[in-house]
Amino acid sequence: MEVERPSIDNRPDLPWLTIVWNDPVNLMSYVTYVFQSVFGYPREKAEKLMLDVHHKGKAVVSSGTREEMERDVQIMHSYGLWATLQQDS
Amino acid sequence: MSEGFSPGNRGGVTARFDAEEVAVLRSLVAQILELVEPGKAGDDPLERALGIGPAEQPTDPVLARLFPAAYADREMSAEFRRYTEVGLREGKRADARTLLETAVPGRVELEHEQALAWMRALNDVRLALGTRLEVTEEVHDEIAGMPEDDPRYPAYVTYDWLTYLQDSLVRALW
Repeated sequence: MEVERPSIDNRPDLPWLTIVWNDPVNLMSYVTYVFQSVFGYPREKAEKLMLDVHHKGKAVVSSGTREEMERDVQIMHSYGLWATLQQDS
Repeated sequence: MSEGFSPGNRGGVTARFDAEEVAVLRSLVAQILELVEPGKAGDDPLERALGIGPAEQPTDPVLARLFPAAYADREMSAEFRRYTEVGLREGKRADARTLLETAVPGRVELEHEQALAWMRALNDVRLALGTRLEVTEEVHDEIAGMPEDDPRYPAYVTYDWLTYLQDSLVRALW
């Protein structure tokens, strides 16, 4: 039986994103190390994210609920990384 | 001059410093401790007990860099700051104190957690110095081309040394 979809937008809540921005002080080695140790990413993934920050100016480093991303941003700030959060669009 | 950090025992690191290097490190980190005062909670005793702090972004550029806005939206940023800045300040002060307690002339041996505290404290010093000097990503080349009688030279050389030291610490931890 086919269920008629309601016309309202009932997509699940869009995830929130933690974004790290480029700055001239933070070292490439340090940023990679922080991504590895904080998020448990393998070195290759951490390095790719670091290079995205460096070359593109920013990178999405994690996603999840707003509360989770607030925690991640707080941890990034504790390491001196310039991080913000926003809802995915 | 210090050759930077090497891997030590059980996830720790080790380095050797002369008295002058330790004096420079201690002086810079002490300045961070002075600049990053304990979070001032409001007059409300309940807010103080809960560690709820200021909502406004600091006006000092270094403090604004150490405690950046978390949201593009001003009100959401203010709310985040109220609940996080006191704790972040405490963390940075604890890192600075760890460095001050363990930085001595001669051989320095750090356990893993102490090494992480040094890594963050060195980063805070570099952020502060880098913000004041308005460094760019080309800072290393700038120093190479800077005459030694340039008034900025000593500060830039110190910044470059801290960069070297922090990078060696990260690599020793890997």
